[in-house]
Amino acid sequence: MSNKVSKFDLIISGVGGQGTILASDIIGKTAVISGYHVRAAETHGMAQRGGSVVNHVRIGCDYGSLISINGADFMIALEPSESVRYLKYLAPGSKIIINTEPVYPVSVLSGKSSYPAISDILNILEKDHEVIAFNATKLAVEAGNQQAMNVVMVGALSRYLPFDEKVLFESVKSIVPPKTLDVNKKAFMLGNKIMESH
Amino acid sequence: MKDREYMLGNAAIARGIIEGGGKVISGYPGTPSSEIIGTLASMKERDFYVEWSVNEKVALEVAAGAAMAGTRSVVTMKHVGLNVAADPLMTLAYMGVEGGMVIIVADDPGCHSSQNEQDTRRYSEFSMLPCFDPATPQEAKDMVSEAFSFSEKFQLPVIFRSTTRISHGKSDITLNDIDINTKTPFFTKDVDRWVMIPKNACVRHPQLIDVQEDIKNELQNSRWNKLDLSESSTIGIIAAGIASVYAEEAMIDLDVEASYLKIGTYPLPDDLISKMLDKVDEVLIIEELEPFVEDKVRAISNDLNKAIKIYGKDPKLIPRDGELNVNICKIAISNAFNVPDKNNYYDYADKINSLSIPERPPVMCPGCSHRATYYAMRKAFGSDAIYPSDIGCYTLGVQSGTVDTTLCMGGSITVASGIFNAGEKRPICCSIGDSTFLHTGINGLLNATYNKSNITITILDNRTTAMTGHQPNPGMGQLATGEKTIEVCFEGLCKSLGAEFVETVDPFDIPSTIEAFKKARDYEGTSVIIAKQPCVILSRRMGVKNLPFHIFIDKCNGCKACIRLGCPAIEFDEENKYAKINSMCTGCGSCVQMCKFDAIVEVSK
Repeated sequence: MSNKVSKFDLIISGVGGQGTILASDIIGKTAVISGYHVRAAETHGMAQRGGSVVNHVRIGCDYGSLISINGADFMIALEPSESVRYLKYLAPGSKIIINTEPVYPVSVLSGKSSYPAISDILNILEKDHEVIAFNATKLAVEAGNQQAMNVVMVGALSRYLPFDEKVLFESVKSIVPPKTLDVNKKAFMLGNKIMESH
Repeated sequence: MKDREYMLGNAAIARGIIEGGGKVISGYPGTPSSEIIGTLASMKERDFYVEWSVNEKVALEVAAGAAMAGTRSVVTMKHVGLNVAADPLMTLAYMGVEGGMVIIVADDPGCHSSQNEQDTRRYSEFSMLPCFDPATPQEAKDMVSEAFSFSEKFQLPVIFRSTTRISHGKSDITLNDIDINTKTPFFTKDVDRWVMIPKNACVRHPQLIDVQEDIKNELQNSRWNKLDLSESSTIGIIAAGIASVYAEEAMIDLDVEASYLKIGTYPLPDDLISKMLDKVDEVLIIEELEPFVEDKVRAISNDLNKAIKIYGKDPKLIPRDGELNVNICKIAISNAFNVPDKNNYYDYADKINSLSIPERPPVMCPGCSHRATYYAMRKAFGSDAIYPSDIGCYTLGVQSGTVDTTLCMGGSITVASGIFNAGEKRPICCSIGDSTFLHTGINGLLNATYNKSNITITILDNRTTAMTGHQPNPGMGQLATGEKTIEVCFEGLCKSLGAEFVETVDPFDIPSTIEAFKKARDYEGTSVIIAKQPCVILSRRMGVKNLPFHIFIDKCNGCKACIRLGCPAIEFDEENKYAKINSMCTGCGSCVQMCKFDAIVEVSK
């Protein structure tokens, strides 16, 4: 984009119930602590009932919360097919971190429609993007609870954000429910660590 | 430096209410407005009164009463809620208020979670009440807190229009001090003012008309409107509310030089519009939904001795439906003024289409009792019956063939009566949730029994207002703040409304529920089935955990009876032709009752 009004535009996509809002809260809060203006748009209400959800997070932005077509610098997709649904927001050449564990819609579960092969999804994404794909759900299970998958993804994103990873980790600790603290700390570290190999 | 916090727009609005000294806050839940009261009610220390009212009309009247007693009050609702509250709104505009009163209405351009996308600014013009239209969550907070004193100055309630992107946007918010003034409420008797009999209404109406000019003059010089005239350009852009941040970003991106007017208040700042029109030869108006500003700009331009090209609502420029965004604004500016867009857009469409990603509409949760109720309803009534429904999670039952109509809150029972009165001979069974029934369904049931509608009404009592985020209602014995209160008995209520057939069932007991529906179907007159089972999300939150179920593949013959239930926890293995239960199972046991082969058992067994 010619005159960029935002330092870092991030799309977080997934399925209602996966914790996209918590993920964007961790990032948004850290951005504010780090001195940035932040704008974010979230899916609430109807669309949360297992529907497709997308959050826009704009760090260092003082305008609207919606990212332009081809405007995003980065995407984290908590579910593979949900990366494709919001691809239009990404700038060609931008990075995508993708959880390879699918969540099948009811139409697929009941055999009424089919779900593309994960390898096909990745092949398409890799044509225009740097794609970092791994099974974040498995890592979350390793950390102690599959619900912590969103925090694994935040951990994986941490080194690309325009602020200190330590401050981000502090935000994780302050935002997640206290009794899930240990699991989420571990989830963050596992996500962070997996990026070393990329 | 003042405190800065990362906040949801609705939390920022709640903060604005506290900063402005709001002391009585009422409302009815509705996306995207619900978290305003949710935020206030969950605060541990409060020096204000907050309630979930039973509907928007009631809520507006409660807030109006408080404002009559000199207290600063707020009522919150979604856009369609203002239709319910329109009766008191229109006359309250004549009466006015003593304490500052803010009517917060959250619009939903794009129908993210609504049955229509009406524009609340039209109500502001209709009622002649001033309206604030914020561009950002920060503006929203600051406008709300300042709206109280504005309301008191003119002794009129003020409409505050939020939209989905304000209410459900998040932003860094700079906080101001909280108002700590406490004013003792006192209702001053004044029949001429508070009793809108014709004689008094005829006096108040012209007063309301007269004060419009003063309101406009005060508002147009406020910081919520901003005019930047360009010395070098003859084009102008006018943008209102949330659309102004999209317009500003588009102007930066296109690097376009133009005079710019940002509008945040109504009645519209006529003088600023005139100043802009003096300066330009062509102007584009960017606003979401209705051509509200545009109509006024056209009217002002007609009085000028100069021809100005006015662009606005046009499918090729600014659409009259849906949400706006930066891209739409860029295209509109580009097309209207022949400004080139130098960006090269990359089109992913072919790649996306090649993958044919399955749709993912919202569905009822695994373990939702509505699924079982609908299953039993359809078993008893058949696919030929007519199923009017209502507004709530159960509207998602549209996929199970038991939602034939959804008009508005409370519109299920009344539409059912109308279909019956039209002479339709097929059985009619409608569905309505507990909170929706208490909102405006009561009147419908009373009308049905009184006028002898031969219909069945199903109250889907999941013990909460689920769709909007589990707000308490009078059926739950709990206030907005969590405090205990009376618990309305649905059976007793329905009987006292004249229903002679009322039966309560546990929808997870599917055979008994089918039997009850059959009896209701065969009953001559208005029959009521109350399907009572707590919302699965809520009951799990309260610690109720059932053992999940498992399918023995040796016993499964692949008949798909359980699959037809449409539960996200049941999958079908097409290759091996058997069903399996995934980790989302909540152990409701509905599918067990579908299986003729005893293949589904609790995991512990």
